[in-house]
Amino acid sequence: MTQSVAIIDYGSGNLHSAAKAFERAAAESGVAATIRVTSDPAVVRAADRIVLPGVGAFADCRCGLDAVSGMVEVLEDVVRGKQRPFLGICVGMQLLASRGLEYTVTDGLGWIPGDVALIRPTDESLKIPHMGWNNLHAQDEHPLLAGIETGPGGLHAYFVHSYALTPERAEDVLALTEYGGPVTAMVARGNIAGTQFHPEKSQKLGLKLISNFLGWTP
Amino acid sequence: MSLKTRIIPCLDVKDGRVVKGVKFVDLVDAGDPVEAAKAYDAAGADELCFLDITASHEDRGILFDVVTRTAEACFMPLTVGGGVRTVDDIRKLLLAGADKVAIMTAAVQRRAFVKEAAEKFGDQCIVVAIDAKKVAPERWEIFTHGGRNATGLDAVAYAREVVSLGAGELLLTSMDRDGTGAGFDLDLTSRIADAVSVPVIASGGVGTLDHLVDGVREGHASAVLAASIFHFGTFTIPQAKAHMAAAGLAMRLD
Repeated sequence: MTQSVAIIDYGSGNLHSAAKAFERAAAESGVAATIRVTSDPAVVRAADRIVLPGVGAFADCRCGLDAVSGMVEVLEDVVRGKQRPFLGICVGMQLLASRGLEYTVTDGLGWIPGDVALIRPTDESLKIPHMGWNNLHAQDEHPLLAGIETGPGGLHAYFVHSYALTPERAEDVLALTEYGGPVTAMVARGNIAGTQFHPEKSQKLGLKLISNFLGWTP
Repeated sequence: MSLKTRIIPCLDVKDGRVVKGVKFVDLVDAGDPVEAAKAYDAAGADELCFLDITASHEDRGILFDVVTRTAEACFMPLTVGGGVRTVDDIRKLLLAGADKVAIMTAAVQRRAFVKEAAEKFGDQCIVVAIDAKKVAPERWEIFTHGGRNATGLDAVAYAREVVSLGAGELLLTSMDRDGTGAGFDLDLTSRIADAVSVPVIASGGVGTLDHLVDGVREGHASAVLAASIFHFGTFTIPQAKAHMAAAGLAMRLD
């Protein structure tokens, strides 16, 4: 059966390449999937899997998401209520938090309680944004990380961010990365997951993770 | 610290074609930037950079198509620069699939443009490209138009200023070294890298693999950009990465 994947378009950058990455991952893993970039809440409601991307500032993204009439309500219903598999990417993951502290204090969706705050590396010579390829340190086993080698000798993920989500519940952290201290790289709770890095830009690791998401039955 | 040093091959694109061609692999069409991008993606480049040198503004539509086709085929970060003058230019490139946009002359002419761009699209996607030339001992100045036009601006002060306005990264090119193969201007690079909080990409002058190592170790750059040594097949990306790793730098080898 062909499954449908909705990538939510709320004016936050180019989603065409993200869609192509999902199409490539589906083809490589032999999954029949229809990938749709959409700003239509009805399409999101009908989707088997939901992806929330996001680039830019937290407040802008929240504002953009709220500007799509009915979208947050549909997400609350199908992700929180109907428990459909959900993946937030970059600011799309940060929006899961209780609050964003970038420029101003902005409410998030509150699905993964915690704040999104400026990264403060212990080594002051480290540059902000945290930009480039870094390793993942898995905190737990998870289907999304199946077949992905983590740790210092493992695969790399592409990060570009100055702010990071620190969940209140340690068990919500699925993977950390190291940048002058631990930085949240992935969160997961039930059917809700998020990556601070960009799987659609992370070559081998990214395509594998997207494949895993397409096969994930939380 | 497990963030890796990035190697960024740069392609000069004119009227939708790679200038001089790329000779390092068996490309069907060595002048097609999308073919070259795919080859660099497969070779393990950490990011890719397109610099558009199309003379006429009217012909720049071709670039958007090149960016779109590249972003569809390569799942790696892409920076595009050249002739970016307005917020709308940036928006079009980002919508075409660029991850970062490099601003050059427009930032020199009107510094507020950097702030407008960063506020609109986020610091992380605004790269300011700095072309600098040594004009006196310990002094480098900003030049525009391929090094022909002097501005009198001190490069270090300018770097600090554009970062304070929201540049998320600097692409620093030594106009003295560009195309010489004599290595980066390490004094210039370290001066600027040490003066700003954001990552600096060193560019201009790479002729050997040791030059790449020097750019990071002595120039304090977060990333190294090169064109000729990769395009002409002098070295491959994996050779460059292996050399830098052997020198003790943290590199991504997957």
